[in-house]
Amino acid sequence: MTDLADLTISEASRGLDDGRFSARELLEAVLRRATVTEAQLHGYLTIDREGAFAAADAADRRRAAGGRRGPLDGIPIALKDNLCTRGVETTCASQILAGYVPPYDATVVARLREAGAVAVGKTNLDEFAMGSSTENSAYGPTRNPWDPERVPGGSSGGSAAVVAVGSAFAALGSDTGGSIRQPAALCGIVGMKPTYGLVSRYGLVAFASSLDQIGPLARTVEDAATVLAAVAGWDPHDATSHPEEPPAFHRSLERGVEGLRIGVVAELMGAGIDPEVLAETRAAVDRLAAAGAEVVEVGLPSVDYALSAYYLIAPAECSSNLARFDGVRYGLRVEGGTAEEMMARTRAEGFGAEVIRRILLGTYALSAGYYEAFYGQAQKVRTLIRRDFAAAYETVDVLVSPTSPTTAFRLGERASDPLAMYYSDVCTIPSNLAGDPAISVPIGLDSRGLPIGLQIMAPALGEEVLFQVAAEVERGAGFAARPRLASSEVMEP
Amino acid sequence: MPVDIDIAKVAKLARIALDDEALARYGAELGQILEHAERVQALPTDGVEPTSHPLPLVNAFRPDEVRPSLDRDEVLAQAPDAVDGYFRVPRILDEA
Amino acid sequence: MTGWEAVIGIETHVELQTRSKMFCGCRVDVGDEPNTAVCPVCLGLPGALPVPNRAAIEGIVKIATALGCVVNERSLFYRKNYFYPDLPKNYQISQYTYPVGEHGRLVLHVDGEELAVGITRVHMEEDTGKSLHVGSGGRIQEAEHTLLDFNRSGVPLVEIVTEPDLRTPEQARAYGAELQRIVRTLGVSDARLEEGSMRFDANVSVRRSGTSELGVRTEIKNMNSLRSLQRAIAFEIGRQVEVLEAGGSVVQETRHWNEAEGRTVAMRSKEESEDYRYFQEPDLLPLEIDEAWRQRIAASLPRLPAARRAELVALGADDRTATLLVDTPVLADRFEAAVSRGAPARTVGSWLTGEIVAYARSVGADVEEVVPAVEDLVELAGMVEAAELSATAAKQVLAGVLAGEGTPRGVAEARDLLQISDEGALEEAVAAVLADHPDVVEQIRAGETKPIGFLVGRVMRATGGKADPRKVQEIIRREAGA
Repeated sequence: MTDLADLTISEASRGLDDGRFSARELLEAVLRRATVTEAQLHGYLTIDREGAFAAADAADRRRAAGGRRGPLDGIPIALKDNLCTRGVETTCASQILAGYVPPYDATVVARLREAGAVAVGKTNLDEFAMGSSTENSAYGPTRNPWDPERVPGGSSGGSAAVVAVGSAFAALGSDTGGSIRQPAALCGIVGMKPTYGLVSRYGLVAFASSLDQIGPLARTVEDAATVLAAVAGWDPHDATSHPEEPPAFHRSLERGVEGLRIGVVAELMGAGIDPEVLAETRAAVDRLAAAGAEVVEVGLPSVDYALSAYYLIAPAECSSNLARFDGVRYGLRVEGGTAEEMMARTRAEGFGAEVIRRILLGTYALSAGYYEAFYGQAQKVRTLIRRDFAAAYETVDVLVSPTSPTTAFRLGERASDPLAMYYSDVCTIPSNLAGDPAISVPIGLDSRGLPIGLQIMAPALGEEVLFQVAAEVERGAGFAARPRLASSEVMEP
Repeated sequence: MPVDIDIAKVAKLARIALDDEALARYGAELGQILEHAERVQALPTDGVEPTSHPLPLVNAFRPDEVRPSLDRDEVLAQAPDAVDGYFRVPRILDEA
Repeated sequence: MTGWEAVIGIETHVELQTRSKMFCGCRVDVGDEPNTAVCPVCLGLPGALPVPNRAAIEGIVKIATALGCVVNERSLFYRKNYFYPDLPKNYQISQYTYPVGEHGRLVLHVDGEELAVGITRVHMEEDTGKSLHVGSGGRIQEAEHTLLDFNRSGVPLVEIVTEPDLRTPEQARAYGAELQRIVRTLGVSDARLEEGSMRFDANVSVRRSGTSELGVRTEIKNMNSLRSLQRAIAFEIGRQVEVLEAGGSVVQETRHWNEAEGRTVAMRSKEESEDYRYFQEPDLLPLEIDEAWRQRIAASLPRLPAARRAELVALGADDRTATLLVDTPVLADRFEAAVSRGAPARTVGSWLTGEIVAYARSVGADVEEVVPAVEDLVELAGMVEAAELSATAAKQVLAGVLAGEGTPRGVAEARDLLQISDEGALEEAVAAVLADHPDVVEQIRAGETKPIGFLVGRVMRATGGKADPRKVQEIIRREAGA
């Protein structure tokens, strides 16, 4: 018999509706899986057993009374630990927020609760979502479930890992430069970054406000769409959320790709991309052509500058966003003789090296005399990248590329070389700069048995066609492999 | 060529207390990163408007309505130091 | 100060009295209990986001329009980054390029001369929390701890910056007073200096008369009244001139006005000038204030003090009275209403700006609470006109009305202050006095006029002061055959 923890959301939801099992049993299966995997995986920073069981039991009572709220009612879901949860510790994997308990729920958390979802716990991440490997967590790294010697990607590495092994049915992550898509690719699951503004950022601890977007990580494209549908839509608490109705992305999954024009991004299909990743990407594109899509090669020349622009814009915004962590109102305080000393010591001891590096970089890029050459120029490059995308979307419906230039790398491999680590996001950053939606779908394994993801990108609010193509990629790939750790059997490391 | 940075001044602006060894290390790393980031200056951008935001929208407002505030005890429970309903910090050295 | 000229510019912060704060729903009107009007947004909790209050935007557009500014069609929010414990996010949401208003001017009348003060910019920002320095002393340098209250954090704040167009402390004060009147007339703020809902910073430099180069300027803070604004600037001009005449040079610095000692004191100077690292606030969208919105707000503006003052003068108020009336709009309203119903401008103006204001002060009430109804003012003025009350008795009646004793006529009757204007009764009283003083009557008949006053006095005494002295005199002259 299939372990309940391995079901998809749609299967689990049907099972709950049919009375084959209860939400409590689903949660027990997920927690059992976590008990087996967590010692090695370390995907969770906090598991809220009490809150989760209360929510699961409430879902069971609703179903018994005929008041099911929707497809997520009773489904265990994990939350990246940079999403505020009322009454549950929210640390951003930083010492500076150790023990911090928010007095409010992020809008996405509130919406998941309204949809009946069961919040299992808070997942590990690179501190304040700054990183591509989840090694920058103050509470220790998360391991890749396919090979524990390797990283799960990042920064939503904990979310990707727990979904991959089945200690949650889906998770929310945040994506500033690829932090949902890249770990999804490295863990063999689906990860999606919505159009900027489609999902409220209220309650997401900000890294780079003009780039951050919350999105789902799930084991299937359909499950990702189900979770997105629950959290998307205008929020009066976020002035940058889109006031229109969200696109009807949930209804396009079965349409196929007949007649669609798909552009392969030339700049992301060459130097710097692992040959095995390239080969699987080409194979996936060929399958789309076979399914009736017209495939063309498209150039986005300014994408070559995206990484440079990103590493000015994101640190600049982060240097300001993280200024509030000062030991005055919450979190860590390291004492000092004066308020100034206290703040400076708190920040020096509370932040990890990568966070300090980015704060300093951003402070410099915004400072007098350098603003125009760095931040100002990066914002102009951002305009050029947006223009390139706009021009491309005049001739194609979606763009595709690898999600990550490589499969999962070894722990420590890039830790001492910031530039090598930053290059992990070379394919994903352009969509953040453009504000457009993008998704990563698993398409195969490399020769070491590590998953490879295909990235699909669409114009702003183009989620409908994005999911349409993603579903076809998923069908074509028939990706059914499961990671080593995804078993309730006790395993030897 | 790595960019030369007055890293001590930057750390002070960012309110991070770093010793000389840490300053030197961060200074060198930032120099390397900025050398790469400087690539943005190679692109001709005359007459290009900067994008500070990906949304083409304007004017998101809220009505002038009072909403419940937080419970003070809950707020101060998170404070490293609080007294008599106030947050407390060591004396402030300079005037803002 | 002969041979020197001062150059003064003023930055004013005005807290808008909206119901809720600039970027969150916490109330603006808070009591003394610290940290009771705070939420994730105004406390800078992780994850919180600002959403602008529409009423605050309308408030600043009103101010910018009233100051004759160009209201920018597109306006942007920026972050001003600096660390301070009472600034929760360690950045202030403010404006930088593209403020709401620019290029305005405010026309002042000082000593009979007209002076146009250029308004550089009018921009929107948020207030900080309040710091309370505790420990020995109370001066910031001696404090052991600082207590923080964030109730004020996030209150909408409008900054108004002038060009360096002012030349004297008197002009600076006149500017402050006129700006305060405008803001109050607009109804966007109570603009109380002593409570900090209106705050001035002054930039002051001096130069040799006849030269055009600007001297090194200092910035003065902490002036809690119009009087201290004037005094502080006067002191600072004198200090700078003294320094320069002694061969020294003025240091660019921020100076604190010490009201008790009557001097400005240099604040701890920063080792380097602040680098605020302004960048566009990514959590907020641009403001677009289109023509239709601008017009709608412009059309909704009340009469501004300058226009109102001109109208009051046209109704018969003198310049001084008109200025005083405009300071308190309810007085100007009463004045207009009473005069338009026939009351004499001089009399009513004098009551409103004299007795009524003085009474309010003496009982510690707002003028709004004590000012008599228009009907009462008109009735009282009518009684004086009809010679039913003397000017002195009218003031007594007014005091009774203010004290809530009733209508003017009711008070006059109750206090027995009505004048005897009845000819017959007066003739009787006069006849009795004349009969008692035949010798005096003789003198008058002989052509002396001085004793008439004596007889009038006797009649007044006999009638308990209620006789109309003009009429009494008229009758005496007739009866005594003068």
